[in-house]
Amino acid sequence: MTAVEAQPTVYHQEIDAENIKVAVKGVDVFYGDKQALFDVSLDIPDRGVTAFIGPSGCGKSTFLRCMNRMNDTIDGARVSGSLMIDGGEVNDPTIDPVVLRAGVGMVFQKPNPFPKSIYDNVAYGPRIHGLAATKDELDGIVEQSLRKAGLWAEVSDRLSDPGTGLSGGQQQRLVIARAIAVNPEVILMDEPCSALDPIATAKIEELIDELRENYCIIMVTHSMAQAARVSQMTAFFHLGHLVEYGPTEDIFTKPRERRTQDYITGRFG
Amino acid sequence: METSTHDHIVTSYGEELDELADEIARMGGIVETQLLDALAAVVRRDESIIKTIREREMTVNSMQEEIDKKVIRLFALRQPMATDLRVTITALRLASDLERIGDLAKNIAYRSRHMNKYPPMDLTQRIERLGTIVIKQLREVLDALSSDDIEPAIRVWQNDDEVDEHYTSLIKEMLLAMSEDSSLVDPGANILFVAKNLERIGDHCTNIAEAVHYQVTGDALETADVIDD
Repeated sequence: MTAVEAQPTVYHQEIDAENIKVAVKGVDVFYGDKQALFDVSLDIPDRGVTAFIGPSGCGKSTFLRCMNRMNDTIDGARVSGSLMIDGGEVNDPTIDPVVLRAGVGMVFQKPNPFPKSIYDNVAYGPRIHGLAATKDELDGIVEQSLRKAGLWAEVSDRLSDPGTGLSGGQQQRLVIARAIAVNPEVILMDEPCSALDPIATAKIEELIDELRENYCIIMVTHSMAQAARVSQMTAFFHLGHLVEYGPTEDIFTKPRERRTQDYITGRFG
Repeated sequence: METSTHDHIVTSYGEELDELADEIARMGGIVETQLLDALAAVVRRDESIIKTIREREMTVNSMQEEIDKKVIRLFALRQPMATDLRVTITALRLASDLERIGDLAKNIAYRSRHMNKYPPMDLTQRIERLGTIVIKQLREVLDALSSDDIEPAIRVWQNDDEVDEHYTSLIKEMLLAMSEDSSLVDPGANILFVAKNLERIGDHCTNIAEAVHYQVTGDALETADVIDD
C-alpha cells in the first residue's frame, strides 16, 4: 500500500450525544503486518442510514466488519481502539460474539438464506436465542419480521417452501427478515443490492427507508447514487483513512475534501 | 475548495462539462456586446446598430436553448455530483439570466428609435451614467464567473444598491421634469423605459453573482458575506 500522509478527518457536524448509537474512537485494524484501517473515529446516529463509500480496498468493509466482530474470524486480524454500541464496548473480550451478532444483524452482498424453509430461515434466530416461548409466539415473530421486510404478501401461502427457491430480491428481503427477527440494535449491510436488478434494488431501498425509522442501519455501497438516495449520513474512506464524514446532502453537493470531491465526481486518478 | 486538477475518468463527461462552461462564457461575451451597443444606440442616437443587435439576440436565444439541452443531457446521462452538480445546475440559471439581459438590451436599442423622434434631452446623460455602472457590474460578474472568484461576485451583489440609487433619483427627476413641462411626457416615457430596463439588467447581474457564489462555494450568497471596506 502506498504510504499516505495522515490527514485529519473532516467532520461536518457533531451528532447529538443522546442520538449516538455507535461511538467509534481510534480504531486501527491490521491483517498481519498490513494495516487496513488507520485511527478511525466517528459517531453513528440511531434511527437512520449511514453509508460508507470509497474505492475498493479503502477499508469500508473492514470497518463495517468491526461492528459485529466479524474480523475475529480472519486469521491474523487485530482490532484496536474503542467501538461502543449503546455505551457497551464491542471489543471487550468477555463479550460473546454470538450474542453480539444477535444485536448487530448483517446482510451481505449475495443473499445467503439457509437451506431451510422460508419459515425456518426467519425462526432460526429467535429459536437459538430463546425469544419465543410457544409456537404461537414464534409464528407471530416470523409473520411480523416478514411483514417488516415487505415479503409477507409474497410468501405467506408457502412458508414451508425452501428459502433458496425465492428470487434474488426476495431472498435478500428474507435475509433482512431473518436479521430483524432477533430485534437487532444495528443492521449492517454490505453492498446489499449489488447482485440485484433495478426493480429488486428499488424494493430493498424502499424497505431500508422504512426500517430506518426504527433501526440504526449502516451500509457499505459502491453505488454513490444509492448512498445519495438512501442514507442520511455518509462517510468517505480512502486507503484505510476516514477522509470525510457528514450529512449525505452536504457530502454530495459540497464536499470539503479534495479526495472526496474527486471520488464522487469520478475524477479519481 | 478549488476545482480539482484531476480529469474525469470518463473523458467525454469532462469534455461535456467544459463545453458547457465555454458556451456560457461565449454567451456572456455576446450579451456584454449587446448591452454596449444598445447604450450606444441610445446615447449616440445611432440606429444603424439595431440590425446587428437583432441578429445577435437570435444567437443568444439559441445559445440558451442549446445550454438547456446540454444540462438536461448531463443530468440524464451523467448524474453530476458535487462541483459538477453545482456547475451544471448553475449553467441553467446563468443562461436564463444572460438571455434576459440580452433581451432587455435589445429592448433598449429598439427604444432608441422612438427617442430619436425627439430632440436630445439632458437626462440622457444620466442614462449614460446609469448604463456605465450597469456595464461595470456585468463585466465584473462575468470576470467572477470566468475566474471562479467570489470576491468580485460579492462586490457586484453589494453594488446593486448603487444601481438602485441612480435609478431612483433619475426617475424622480424625470417625473418632476414631466410634471413641469407636459411636452416632456412623451420623450420622457422613453427615458423611464430605458432606465427601468437598465435597473433590471442590474438585478440580473446580482442573480449571476449569487449563482457564481453558489457554484464556487456550495452556499447561498448572504448579507454576512459582504466585505466591509
